[in-house]
Amino acid sequence: MYSVYQRRRLINRVIMGFCIAAAAFGIAWLLLILWSLVVKGGAALSLSVFTERTQMNGGGLGNAILGSLIMTALGTLFGSIIGVAAGTWLAEYGGKSRLASAIRFINDVLLSAPSIIVGLFIYAVVVLQTGHFSGWAGALSLTVIIIPVVIRATEDMLLLVPNTLREAAAALGAHRWWVVTRVCYAGARAGIVTGILLGCARISGETAPLLFTSLNSNQWNFFDLNSEMPNLPMTLYQNMTINSFIPRQVELAWAGALLLTVAILLLNIVARVVSRQRG
Amino acid sequence: MTTASEGLVPRFSRPEAWDQARPAVADAEAKLRVEDLNFYYGSFQALKSISMDVPANQVTAFIGPSGCGKSTLLRCFNRIHDLYPGMRSEGAIQLDGQNINDARVDTNLLRARIGMVFQKPTPFPMTVHDNIAFGVRLYERLNERDMENRVQWALEKAALWDEVKDKLHQNGQALSGGQQQRLCIARTIAVKPEVILLDEPTSALDPISTGYIEDLINELKADYTIVIVTHNMQQAARVSDVTAFMYLGELIECDETPKIFTQPGDSRTEDYITGRYG
Repeated sequence: MYSVYQRRRLINRVIMGFCIAAAAFGIAWLLLILWSLVVKGGAALSLSVFTERTQMNGGGLGNAILGSLIMTALGTLFGSIIGVAAGTWLAEYGGKSRLASAIRFINDVLLSAPSIIVGLFIYAVVVLQTGHFSGWAGALSLTVIIIPVVIRATEDMLLLVPNTLREAAAALGAHRWWVVTRVCYAGARAGIVTGILLGCARISGETAPLLFTSLNSNQWNFFDLNSEMPNLPMTLYQNMTINSFIPRQVELAWAGALLLTVAILLLNIVARVVSRQRG
Repeated sequence: MTTASEGLVPRFSRPEAWDQARPAVADAEAKLRVEDLNFYYGSFQALKSISMDVPANQVTAFIGPSGCGKSTLLRCFNRIHDLYPGMRSEGAIQLDGQNINDARVDTNLLRARIGMVFQKPTPFPMTVHDNIAFGVRLYERLNERDMENRVQWALEKAALWDEVKDKLHQNGQALSGGQQQRLCIARTIAVKPEVILLDEPTSALDPISTGYIEDLINELKADYTIVIVTHNMQQAARVSDVTAFMYLGELIECDETPKIFTQPGDSRTEDYITGRYG
């Protein structure tokens, strides 16, 4: 009996050791990435990075940061409105109907669709039709990417609201819509906001969908969404590839990468804090 | 002749209230009149040809073993079944002479007249104040002061005011279970309904909270008609004027509570209250 126990304890330790090693392996890469970003990007950070526009040589990232903020904000705004509405319909009205099941399936497909395909789609239906790249096209492609994230979060969070609350609100004489907007949203708010923030973090770093929609530009673009929109991910990509022979451009790319990573990290932290407020 | 407490119902002690003077239930007019009501969950018939009167300003208790249809019947009174597909009812339920079991009836207006409190406390995820104001805002436009008065009035009626008057702007879900259930009763009262339906309102509560709510039921019947579903026969005996015993979807008998518990007319009722099943 004693040997059986020892054997089991040994297996337990081996497996536990393996799990810890696997976790450490994964985290090590993340820390390495963060470390090199901080070292290389931090060194290149200065006020001019934020205030000056991108140039062939030197300059800053100000226009790219602004453009990314504008397109991410618009994408998040449109995507949240459509995503919350669709998620609400799925959770509160669609139920197990055939249409709801079909939408759920398509949404799952969209959730895992390569983002470059979304970019190509917007290229075909917006850029080719209008004849030019534009901030609108970029914002739209980001919208398409965030929508399935928000739909899923909204539906899941609304389904967590117990049915007894819906019954209780209905028993007071509340209309269906009132029940959903006043009671269900109150219960699901933290979860939905978390989903939107995570979606926002996801699209803020997307490059592929911007490649042939908003393109890029080294000029300032103050809310002229009808022309090309500078953005951080594409600037990063260009500086690291075609402009990589210019040392300052590579430095700026590292600074941009650091900024992008910090922004996404912050969004994730805020999302966690918001989701914890629930209890 | 043996008295009820020693003969027929051994595990049952006679409530004091029975020995006090009581208004004759038979004289009370019917607030709700159920006429040949059948109810189906899909193809399963949960209620079989129920007919009964619910007297105004009295407490009517539904008792019976699990699955007998007592909650189903209660939920017919405010048509909460309508929220779900696949449920169907036939027959009439008259509220003050008007048939409410009719597709043309606006169920939202009906539910404003017939309030309901559920088995588990269901405070909304909002402040105590907003929990009460929620239902009021649906049908009345009150200014801030009138709303505050209404909230206080409802909380006082539900014997909760003293405990929560400093917590009006805290989340209602942070109250204790017994307080939450009284909050739900206050919320129901605040809409000023005519009938209050209670679906096993104390089954999730401790004895002290249960005591509070039973006292409350006693006080509320002066202003409201109350129907309560309960698994607890002592509770039915303590709080109700009329008791209806249901079994397998049928209403076996319905009479004044002391009579049901001391001289039931049907052997199945007797078997149930003496604990032979249930």
